[in-house]
Order: sequence, then C-alpha cells, then structure tokens
Amino acid sequence: MLPSHCPAATHQLPTSACRRTSPAALPCPRAGASPVAEALLHRGLRAESLPRHVAVVMDGNARWARARGLPSSVGHEAGRRALEEMVRLSGAWGIRALTAFAFSNENWSRPKVEVDFLMGLFEQVIHDSVANFLREGIRLRVIGDRSRLPVSLQKISREAEEATRNNSLLNLTLAISYSGRREIVQACRKLAEKVQRKALRAEDIDEALFADELATGRASDGFPYPDLLIRTSGELRLSNFLLWQSAYSELFFTDTLWPDFGEADYLEALSSFQSRDRRFGERKL
Amino acid sequence: MTGTRARRGSTTTSHDSQKAQENLHDGAPSSSLTSCRLPSRPATQNPKMEKPDELITTGVLASLQNFIRKCIVAVISYGPMPKHIAFIMDGNRRYAKFRSIKEGSGHRMGFSALIASLLYCYEMGVEYITVYAFSIDNFKRDPAEVQSLMELMEEKINELLENRNVINKVNCKMNFWGNLDLLSEPVRLAAQKLMASTAENKGLVFSVCMPYNSTSEIVNAVNELCTERREHAGNCNGNSPNNGVHSDISVEDLDRHMYSAGCPDPDIVIRTSGETRLSNFLLWQTTFSHLQNPDPLWPEFSFRHLVWAILQYQRVYPYIEQTKKLAKKLL
Repeated sequence: MLPSHCPAATHQLPTSACRRTSPAALPCPRAGASPVAEALLHRGLRAESLPRHVAVVMDGNARWARARGLPSSVGHEAGRRALEEMVRLSGAWGIRALTAFAFSNENWSRPKVEVDFLMGLFEQVIHDSVANFLREGIRLRVIGDRSRLPVSLQKISREAEEATRNNSLLNLTLAISYSGRREIVQACRKLAEKVQRKALRAEDIDEALFADELATGRASDGFPYPDLLIRTSGELRLSNFLLWQSAYSELFFTDTLWPDFGEADYLEALSSFQSRDRRFGERKL
Repeated sequence: MTGTRARRGSTTTSHDSQKAQENLHDGAPSSSLTSCRLPSRPATQNPKMEKPDELITTGVLASLQNFIRKCIVAVISYGPMPKHIAFIMDGNRRYAKFRSIKEGSGHRMGFSALIASLLYCYEMGVEYITVYAFSIDNFKRDPAEVQSLMELMEEKINELLENRNVINKVNCKMNFWGNLDLLSEPVRLAAQKLMASTAENKGLVFSVCMPYNSTSEIVNAVNELCTERREHAGNCNGNSPNNGVHSDISVEDLDRHMYSAGCPDPDIVIRTSGETRLSNFLLWQTTFSHLQNPDPLWPEFSFRHLVWAILQYQRVYPYIEQTKKLAKKLL
C-alpha cells in the first residue's frame, strides 16, 4: 500500500471506504444507486472506472467571443453556463471532486475592464449559487492568492465556504488568482517559518508533510489529486495549474473552446480516461 | 493532442549503440548516423534484432542521406528552434513485446534511439536535452527488471567513461538529476565520475533523470532552502524579526535549489507511445512547456519524428513566448 501522501495512493482507496468516512447526510438517491450506473452505462461509461477528481482549465472564453464578434464579457458569461452544466453533470455521474481554474496569476495582466468584470462575475456566481450548493450537497472552496481579490469577493467566498462546509457529495474548488508555483512557494514559506520556530526540523520535511501544507489540503480531506485534467481550446500546456497535484493525472486536451464544452465533450474526456492504462510507475513509466 | 502515426512495423532507429560509438571515433558526430535507416526506406517486418553488417549502407547512399538530413535541418532552422527538449522515453517494454524479443533488449534499443536523438538534436543546435531514464516509482517493479536496468545503465555509463574523448568531441556536459543515494554503489560512483569528468565542457548539456521524482525534487529544494534560511537566521542571532526571513522566499530561491538550477525550462516535453501524463517529471519546470505525445514507441522515435515535433513547436511559438514573458514578469 502506498503511503497516503503520494498522489498515486488516493486512487487505490476503495470507494466504499470513502463513502463510510463522509458524514452521514440525508440519504441521497444519487449516491451510487443503480439509476446513476444505468445512466452511465447508457452513455458507454462504467461507474467504477470514472475519475474521482476532475480538474479543468477553462480556457477559450475570450476567443469564443472574438470569433462571434462579441465582447469578451459575453464569452465569460457563456463560460459560466458551461461550468454550471459541468458541475451538474459531475454531481449526476458521481464524480466526487471538481477543480476549475477560473483565474490565473497571469490573468491579472489582462485589461482592467475585463479583470473587473470577471471579479464581479465571480462574486455574482458565488452569491447566486450558494442556495443551489446547499440543496445539492456541494462543498465550495476557493484557492489562490486572496490578497489580490476585491474585499467583497473575499468576504462572499469566505461566507460561502462556511455555509457549505458540511456538504460532502461534491467538492467544488475554484482556483481564482491561482498559480501552482506560488502555491509551492507559499508552502515552503510556511515550512521555513516552522523550522525557524523550531517546531520542525528541516530534515523531517518529506512529501507527506509538504503535501499537507498545500492549499488543496490533506489527503484525508477528500480527493486532493486530480485523476483527470481537461484543458480546452487546444493549448498543450499546464500553465501553472496544480503542478504538484497533477503528477499522475491523465491529461486530456481538446480543441473545443470552453463555452462550447458540453455533455458530449465531457463524455469524450471520460471515455478517454476510462480507456487509459494507469500504472503509477509500477510496470512502466 | 499531438500525435504522429508511425508504422509500427518499421524498424527505424534500430542501430546498435556500439556501432554508433565506433562511428563517433571516426570524426564528426553525423558520421555515426550513416548506419541509421531513414524511415522513408521500405521496411520489412523483422522480429529479430538486425546484425551490424546489415546496417552498413554504401558510401553514396550514406552521403545522400546525410545531405538530405542537413538540408532539412537548415530549413527548419529558419524558424525559432527550441533550446531545451525533454524526453519521456516510454514504450521500450511494449516494443520488445511487439517484436517478440527479450524484454531487456527493448531497453537496449531504447538506448540506441536515445544516442541517435541526442546526435540529431546536437546537429540542430539544441543546447539542453533532458531525459527521464528511471523514476523512483520504478523501483517498485519486478526486481529482476530493475536489476537488469541498473546493469544496463552501469554498462552504458562505463562505456561513455572509457570513450571520454567521444563526449568531449561533442563537448557534452553530463548531469545526473535525482536522488543518487537510491542507486547501487557501482552505478552511483560511475555516474559521479562521469559528471566530474565532463563538468568543464561547455557544449550540449545532457541531463539524465535517474532515479527521479519531481515531487521529491521539490521537497529536496524546500529542505535545502529551509536549512539555508535557518543557518542564515542563526548567524543573525535573533536580530532580525522572524517574519523577515521567510516572507521573501521566492520562486527564484526554489529554482536555485532544484536539480535543474542553471538550465532553462524545457521548451518541449515529448512523451512517446501516446500516453498523456507527466508521471511526476519536471512538474516545476514544465509549467509553460509545449507537451507532445507522439504515438511511436520510444525505440521507434527517429529524425522525422523529431522534425515534426519541432515544427509543431514552431507553429505555436509566438503564443507560447508571449505567455512565458507575461508569466515571468508576474511570478
């Protein structure tokens, strides 16, 4: 059995163990009941070989709008609808965690008008969705460098996180103002401080300890490592998203722009994941 | 997803590594490639490894191949060329299985393909090459396979040590990145000797990641950085406030402690055999690299696949450069 800090280890936990450790909520008809399995089979997917945690880089809103001769704000609104659809589908198909890359550190260099619009959009989306999250059992978390976000957005995301803290059906993580390298540097700073305070010896820092310091939290919290990482709009890069956590993730690249990413594309990504042979270095690189 | 369809039946770069090194003795690196078959030749399905005699081509044909290759290199050099290419050499075992040859031979042919690719890259003016030779996770494999891989590596490193003038001719500086303590004594000593003997070379930088895991590289860097900071704080002896020491830890600080300190980030990461994963390889360094997943297995990876990879890179180059510059400004 691999040690739990290793990204590969979480994938080997049997699903029944995961279900037992989550707090006993209202019995939900969606949790592994046969209608879900049937719906999946109907679409050519097997429930047991679906990814537990899907990460998505929502790229292509501005390009989508430009192609239609519309302002980028329309593209971002369309992107919002695509994300809501993806959240709905993930919940319906029993995917336990979804991480979406909404705004990267590099995006701060976009025109101020667009950045302000996006911040307003995030605030509105979180505000409008809290009721839905509570109903559907979705737990929201926001990761990234909060200090750069407008105060109102910080406040509302904190409140939403608090309100949905006890939900367990789907962990939705929004990465806003996020950079993978910064996350690692941040963890390094925290550990350096602990070493300084003599709470920790430098020699004792290992992968487990380091992984715990990352924003995505401990392995026991849920599913910190994505099984599948989808990137839209044809870019073949990771662009500073979940560097540490995506060590063993299956990558799926598609040319579809994010606002056009719908059920059919999602199914394609999941089928592709299903057909992959994941070895975690054991038989082969 | 970038993919190139290679005919699995063709035996493209299946020249013996020993042959390659013998030819290197003769002079310019390109002469070793006269023993390679270009994929445009009709290929026969040959399940057994070819004998060295069959690989020697006639003088005229060899010169023609050389000339064609030089022309192609000249043409693609008009566009932006990558400075650093990283390879995940996946597919050796599958290659051996398809050809019904002994498994160890798959790795040996993989090594031949590696030397060939190295020389092609050198011809094209690529300055840094990094390969993922062995992952720390691979220690979990069948002990017999691990043992044979270690023996192969020891053998090849010793060969390179003996033919040091070969490396020096290409002016190659060799690096071994990874947790070398996990290697057995003879392999580790050989690797350290090779690194020491090529440390002064200023040409192509060839880095072999073995045994390597990006997560342990990052933890190692954090470890070293924390120790460094603690010693620095110890020297100041409580005169500076606690916060001052840590809040200025930056990306550059961590960069300095990575095994890859001093090397630029890879421009292209090529993982053969069509798998789309990073498998814990250079996670920190490849954040803006162009990821490619050609279908051929590693022993089949040849000159035309490399050219295709570079052409793909050139196609997206303007966009990548723009994002990289932006990111470096903000990080």
